[in-house]
Amino acid sequence: MANLTINGKTIPVDVEDDTPLLWAIRENVGLTGTKYGCGIAQCGACTVHIDWVAMRSCGVSISEAAGKQITTIEGLAVNGALHKVQQAWVANDVPQCGYCQSGMIMAVAALLKEKPKPTNQDIDEAITNICRCGTFQQVREAIHAAANA
Amino acid sequence: MNKHVSPRLNRRAFVIGTAAAGAGLTLGLDIPFGGPTVVRAADGSPEVNAWVVIRPDDTVVIRIARSEMGQGTLTGLAQLVAEELECDWSKVTTEFPTPGQSVARKRAWGDFSTGGSRGIRTSQEYVRKGGATARIMLVQAAANEWKVPASECTAANSVITHTGSGKTTTYGKVVEAAAKLAPPADADIKLKDPKDWKIAGKGLKRLDTVDKTTGKMMYGIDVKLPGMLNAAIKACPVFGGKLKSYDEAKVMAMKGVKKVVKVDDSTVAVVADTWWHAKTALEALPIVWDEGDNAKVSSESIAKWLAEGLDNGQPAYVGNSNGDAKAAIAGAAKKVEAVYNYPYQNHAAMEPLNATAIWTADKCEVWCGTQNGEAAFAATLEASGLSADKCDVHKQMLGGGFGRRGQTDYVRQAVMIAKQMPGTPVKLLWSREEDMQHGMYHPITQCKLTGAFDADNNLIALHNRLSGQSILFALRPAALVNGMDPAAFQGVAATGEAAIGYSVPNLLVEHSMRNPHVPPGFWRGVNVNHNAIYLECFMDELALSVGQDPLAFRRKLMSKHPKHLAVLNAVAEKIGWGTPAPQGVYRGIAQHMGYGSYVAGAAEISVTDGNKIKVHRIVAATDPGYAVNPAQIERQIAGSFVYGLSGLFYGGCTVKNGAIEQTNFDSYNSMRIAEMPKVESIVMPSGGFWGGVGEPTICVAGPAVLNAYFAATGKRIRSVPLRDQNISFA
Repeated sequence: MANLTINGKTIPVDVEDDTPLLWAIRENVGLTGTKYGCGIAQCGACTVHIDWVAMRSCGVSISEAAGKQITTIEGLAVNGALHKVQQAWVANDVPQCGYCQSGMIMAVAALLKEKPKPTNQDIDEAITNICRCGTFQQVREAIHAAANA
Repeated sequence: MNKHVSPRLNRRAFVIGTAAAGAGLTLGLDIPFGGPTVVRAADGSPEVNAWVVIRPDDTVVIRIARSEMGQGTLTGLAQLVAEELECDWSKVTTEFPTPGQSVARKRAWGDFSTGGSRGIRTSQEYVRKGGATARIMLVQAAANEWKVPASECTAANSVITHTGSGKTTTYGKVVEAAAKLAPPADADIKLKDPKDWKIAGKGLKRLDTVDKTTGKMMYGIDVKLPGMLNAAIKACPVFGGKLKSYDEAKVMAMKGVKKVVKVDDSTVAVVADTWWHAKTALEALPIVWDEGDNAKVSSESIAKWLAEGLDNGQPAYVGNSNGDAKAAIAGAAKKVEAVYNYPYQNHAAMEPLNATAIWTADKCEVWCGTQNGEAAFAATLEASGLSADKCDVHKQMLGGGFGRRGQTDYVRQAVMIAKQMPGTPVKLLWSREEDMQHGMYHPITQCKLTGAFDADNNLIALHNRLSGQSILFALRPAALVNGMDPAAFQGVAATGEAAIGYSVPNLLVEHSMRNPHVPPGFWRGVNVNHNAIYLECFMDELALSVGQDPLAFRRKLMSKHPKHLAVLNAVAEKIGWGTPAPQGVYRGIAQHMGYGSYVAGAAEISVTDGNKIKVHRIVAATDPGYAVNPAQIERQIAGSFVYGLSGLFYGGCTVKNGAIEQTNFDSYNSMRIAEMPKVESIVMPSGGFWGGVGEPTICVAGPAVLNAYFAATGKRIRSVPLRDQNISFA
């Protein structure tokens, strides 16, 4: 049993302490925008913000996440207005299958918070999410578009 | 969705019909284009016909039978219907009809299969007719209301105008009347010339983007049903092995565990309240496997067996021949020979395989992402033991497919589990590890190529001897031709949608079929992936062996293949072939044909320390005949290179003790953004034919990069993946 603070709301979840945050978010809280891709923190599909830092939630346990501010893709828009990264994603028609894009967008939103005008090298170093459709060209364009928005 | 289905269908006939459709045979469609009885969508809005529903507020709902897995077919098909419908594009939404509804309506929506880059090209004609038919009926309804001839009325942007009086009305206002009209005769449905397209042919934005940026999009893995339980599954790691025993008592007391289920002879599942509990218990479940003889198989034993097939003394199927290649080679002034190989590859779609099923004695429903709704439906019938009128499949958005979701093993499993828990919905989700180890892998092959020149350095013979696995043998034996797999010759066939682009006076292309126990499947691009590497790298070897420029050498052999040549010339010009490359940058080029489209690629790379490759730039061209959405085609080209180059650099599934060794993305890596080259696409539709888009370009990036690597280092790489050659991305 733990109290998770997700998207500004405190939610009690009845799970074992070693349950990965990913599965508590998906199965116990019921927010399914955060995706399972590998379970070993390789692919980044499950990326969320923990205290405003991008983290792969499959590798974070409930006990580590409790008491921290967790933001999922569902909490990125504020009062119904899409985050500038989401807006850039829409404007640049970034997603293909879209499955990895929640994690990709969360990783990019965290990058832009840290580096508002990232260089291509900053992007290469910070964005290591796997996209099997391979929409990287649009991801890069949209990151720069969001940075300049 | 509709309210007047009459679900009486001979189940056996249907299953056979689906198998036939899967084999690519053309079946007659009985498309109900309207009629006196109005068919209504779930919200009560009338269908003008099976493809078009219009709501009173002018919203247009276009039905899409093919699956959307990222390739953009959903948007492209909607564009084609909307073009003929003359509707307001901003009011278009889409929905997937279910295969059960389609079957109940005599396959109203035709083929659901979404593979082989066929989604648009094999349904474009009847979906455009669907749009045109609806437009004709809507205009007729307005004309009837105004008591004027329909010929005096025009339709544009969902508005109908009477030319003489200037009266106007909208589709939403006349749809009730239109839905009651008889559809026009087929002869009266005239489709637009693509040069007059206003909606199709344009790089419009996808229709499914917003929900894919907010987390709202529902994939199969996200399905939630009241009272639903979750299942984790494990099949014998050795393909063909059996489940001997398991000790469920060891896990029944674990938190959340509801049941341990024997799924079939080789597979066990744990059902629990959450998937995390199910997976945790499954890992703790003691299982004894009977691995069988396949446990003796390794990558080495497979490679040895395939190498034996390269020997001319072994039997082989001839897929393409002219002249007498063997005799010409025997008497040639100069001979060049090389042996290449290409490995197993896992699809590794980002969304691991899953399906949700609920079974009772009266009904079985499945929710899943599938590339073939009708095949998933057939699997549901088969596994549930129920008739077609008692089953249905609700298609969800796919988190990638790449060919893997054209198979239905996971659907069958979900139903087999649900059947043991009547009335309880169960979501089956494969772990990434299960997904990696129980794929339907890109087939493994080797190829020995022999080229021969006359004394003037003219290529007089080419012998291309393939040895390896047949997908059709495993998955569609009915499609074999006298035992031969015609698809094995994709890109090196004499004619058809994947024809070779070179004329060689003495040519022999043959296939020694050898089928190891590892199950093969259709992996984006399928057999063009290896056939393009074999042929296009060897073309460079041949050119360089006689001191000729690889582009000039190819061009000499392509005078009878103008469309192949046109795309090759296009990439050569754009990359600046024949002009100096930037300092330290080297170029390679390749062309091929697949899925009815002509494709070419040219790469610019640099190499450090002899083994670290930076791919700076790839120029790619495709001639798909018609380009329904050029912006999406460009995305498919760039994306196909990520998939193809991931396979080239990082891919390759190896076999040890009969099982696949790679288990997750740590051992089966995939390209990241840092490794992505700049891709410049040339979409050059020449008209007159309909080629595919999702797959064909995948095959040219590999040989273009390998040819550039030779230019940079003088080292010819003939074995994939590069990981095993100690070559990596820089």
